Amino acid sequence: MSSDQPRQSIYDSTAPSTDTRDSRIGEGADDRFNSKLREAFGSTPFILTKFDKFMNWVRGNSMFMLQFGIACCSIEMMHTYAIKHDLDRFGAGVPRASPRQADVMIVPGTIVSKFGPRMKRVYDQMPEPKFVVGMGSCTISGGPFQEGYNVVKGAEEIIPIDIHVPGCPPRPEALVYGIAKLQERIRNGESTPVVVKPYELEEFGDLPKDELVQKLADDIDEDDLVMRYNWADSP
Amino acid sequence: MSTGLERDPAIELSDDDLEALLGDRALARDDHLNAPGFVVRPDDVQSVLSDLRDEAGFDHLANLTAQQYADRYESIYHLRKYADPTQEVSIVVPTTTDDPVSQSAEPVFRTADWHEREAFDLVGIDYEGHPDPRRILLPETWQGHPLSEDYNQEKPQLVTLSEHANPVQPDHHDDESDTMFLNIGPHHPATHGVLHIETVLDGETVVDVDPDIGYLHRCEEQMCQQGTYRHQIMPYPDRWDYVSAGLLNEWAYARTAEDLADIEVPEYAQVIRTMGAELCRIASHMLALATFALDVYGDFTAIFQYGMRDREVVQDILEDLTGQRLMFNYFRLGGVAWDLPEPRKEFIEKTRDFLDGLPAKVDEYHDLLTGNEIFQVRTHDTGILEPEVAKQYGCTGPVARGSGIDYDLRRDDPYGYYDNLEWDVVTEDGCDNYSRVLVRMQEVEESAKIIEQCLDLLEDWPEDERTVQSNVPRTLKPDADTEIYRAVEGAKGELGIYIRSDGTDKPGRFKIRSPCFHNLSALPEMSEGEYIPDLIASLGSLDIVLGEVDR
Repeated sequence: MSSDQPRQSIYDSTAPSTDTRDSRIGEGADDRFNSKLREAFGSTPFILTKFDKFMNWVRGNSMFMLQFGIACCSIEMMHTYAIKHDLDRFGAGVPRASPRQADVMIVPGTIVSKFGPRMKRVYDQMPEPKFVVGMGSCTISGGPFQEGYNVVKGAEEIIPIDIHVPGCPPRPEALVYGIAKLQERIRNGESTPVVVKPYELEEFGDLPKDELVQKLADDIDEDDLVMRYNWADSP
Repeated sequence: MSTGLERDPAIELSDDDLEALLGDRALARDDHLNAPGFVVRPDDVQSVLSDLRDEAGFDHLANLTAQQYADRYESIYHLRKYADPTQEVSIVVPTTTDDPVSQSAEPVFRTADWHEREAFDLVGIDYEGHPDPRRILLPETWQGHPLSEDYNQEKPQLVTLSEHANPVQPDHHDDESDTMFLNIGPHHPATHGVLHIETVLDGETVVDVDPDIGYLHRCEEQMCQQGTYRHQIMPYPDRWDYVSAGLLNEWAYARTAEDLADIEVPEYAQVIRTMGAELCRIASHMLALATFALDVYGDFTAIFQYGMRDREVVQDILEDLTGQRLMFNYFRLGGVAWDLPEPRKEFIEKTRDFLDGLPAKVDEYHDLLTGNEIFQVRTHDTGILEPEVAKQYGCTGPVARGSGIDYDLRRDDPYGYYDNLEWDVVTEDGCDNYSRVLVRMQEVEESAKIIEQCLDLLEDWPEDERTVQSNVPRTLKPDADTEIYRAVEGAKGELGIYIRSDGTDKPGRFKIRSPCFHNLSALPEMSEGEYIPDLIASLGSLDIVLGEVDR
C-alpha cells in the first residue's frame, strides 16, 4: 500500500459500519461531521455524536487561559484566578504565559492603536479552537476612553469575541459568570459569528495608495505588516 | 562660580533673590498659584535651569508641561526641591507657532529626556540638542500631534508591526560581535502590563535597555480636558494607577482643583480621606510585593496568593466605604461622597480586625521573602540606584526612599490630616532591590498606624459635626489663565497635576505628572551591566503601573 493513502486500510475495515451510517443519514450529510477520527472509530452515528459532545465537554472544562494583562481589568482578573474566587474550581483557571499553550484569551482592558497589531499577533499564535472573552467596557466600545484619539473602539474591531462581560471593571463574580457562559456555549458546540469587519494586518505594499500611504512610503518597507485605523468609520 | 547665593538648599529664597539670580534672562513674570513663574527665552533654558539647580538648590524637575495657545507654544518646567518641596519655581518658555523650537533641558536634568519626547509627541514642540528626538507614546508612524490645536482626530492612521533593529549592532561590524537583541513584551508576564523593553544582551549581561512605552496610552489628558471640573473628571484618576490606588489618585485631582477654585474641605472629610487613601496604599503595596515574588521566584502559589488574600480584605473594606472594589469615584470636590457605612460600629470593628491581624501577616511575609536566603541573594546589591542618579531622573516614592532620599509629600508638603497624626517616613540606604521591598513593607505598617488613629478619631467624632462635603457651586468656573501645579504622595510617588483654566467649566490644559513615568525612565541606569534576571527583578522593584506611565 502506498504511503499517500494511509487511511485505506481504515476505510476498508470499517466499510460495513460506514455503509450502515450512510444508509441511516443518507446522501449529502453535513461535511463537518466526517472527520478522520469518525472514520477511525467507524461506529454508528449515535456514538459519534456522543463523542463530539464528549470533546466539547472536555474543551469547556479544561480551558487554559492566556496570562494576558492589559489594564485595570487585569487586576480583577488576577483576583478571579487567586484565592477566594478561584476560577480553577470551574475547570478554567490555569494561566499560561505563552499563547501557544492557551485556549482562551481574556482581553482585560483598553486596546490602543500601538497595541492592536500586537494583540492580533498574539491571537493568531493561539492554536485552534480558541475562544475570547472581552472583559470590561473598553473591550466593548472603548468604554470611558471611547472619545480618545488613540483608543480602538472595542476589541471586536481587531479579533472576534465570544463573550462580553460588561463593567468598569467587572467584579470577579461577573467574570466567573462570563466564563461559565462560555463553557456552556462550548459544550453546546456553538460558535460566534464575526459581526464587525476587523482591522487586519496587511502588507504595506497592498494598501491603496492614498495620501497617508504616500506620505509614509519612505519610512515603511513594502512587505512590512501594518494595521490601518480608519477612525472616521469606527462605530 | 560664586554669586553669593550658595547656601543651604532648604533655606527659602524670596522672589527678589530669584529675580536677581536670573537677571535679565527673566523677560517677565508669569506667576502660578503654587509658585513664582519666570518667562525666559528658548535659548536660555539650559543656563537658567542649571543656575537654579546649582545655586538655588532646585534639584527636582517635577514636571514639564507643554501646551499650545492661539499665538504660541509654551513649555513650563516645574522645579522644586527634594529638601523642601514647598519651595517651587516655574520656568515658562514660549516659542512661536510656526517654528516651535526650544533648547533641550536634558543636559541639566536627565528626566527632561522623556518629558521632552512626550511634549514633542503630543504637542509638537521641537527641542534643540535633544539626544533622542523620537516619539514616545504614539507609534513612530503617527501623523500630527494630538494635543495641538489643529489636530483632526478623524484622519486615518497606520501602525506597523515590524522587526526592531539592534541599536548596538552597528558599532560591532566585525564578525566577532555576539550581542543579541531581545524583545521583552509587550505581552510578557514579567512586564506588569503592556511594557515593551528592547534589550541587547552580551552573553547573559544586559548591554542596552530601552523601555518602549505607549501600549496603554489612553488619552487620559484629553479625557480630562473634555470633562467638567465638578463631577466629570473625578472618575478618570482611578484609572491612572489602577492597582486599587484609586483614592490616592483622586486626591491628587481633588487637591489641585480645590486649590484652584478655592474650596474648603471639612475636617471630618479629611479624616475619612486620609483613612481611605492609606487603605489604598496598603492594597497597592501588597500587590507590589505579590508580583515581585512572582517575578523573582516565579511563585504563583504561595506569596502571590498571600498578597491577593490580604488585598481581598482591604478591597472588601473599601467596597463597604465607597461602593466599588477598584474604581471608587468616592471623592468629591469639597469632601467625600458619603459618610462611613451604617452600622458604623461594624465597619470600624471590621477595619480594626484587619489592622490587628496585619502584624502577623507582615511577619509571614518577612519569613517568606525578606528572611529567605535565596531572595536575599537575588535582590541584595542588584539594581543599584544611587541617590544622585535617582534625583536626576526625578524618582520619588518608595523608589527614592529606598535610595535614602528622605522625600515624602505627606510630611513635606502636608495635606489632608497627616499633619495631626503620628507616623514616620521610612527610608533605607541600600539603594538596591532589597531596600525598595523593605521600604514598601514598612510603609504598610506605617499606613496601618495612620488608619488606626483615623478610626479612633472617627469613632469619637460628635454626631452633629459629621459634615462630609462643603458647599460647592454646581458649576465651577475658575478665573481664566489661572495656573496651578499640585501633587500628593501616591502609592508610587509624587503624583502631580497641572491645570490651566480658560474661564470655562472645563480645564484648558490638564497635565498629569506620573511618578511611574519617572521611575521607569531610570531602569537603564539600574540594569545595564547586570544579568538579565536582575533586570526583571529591578523592573519588579520599581512597581510600575502602565496605566500611569502611559496615561
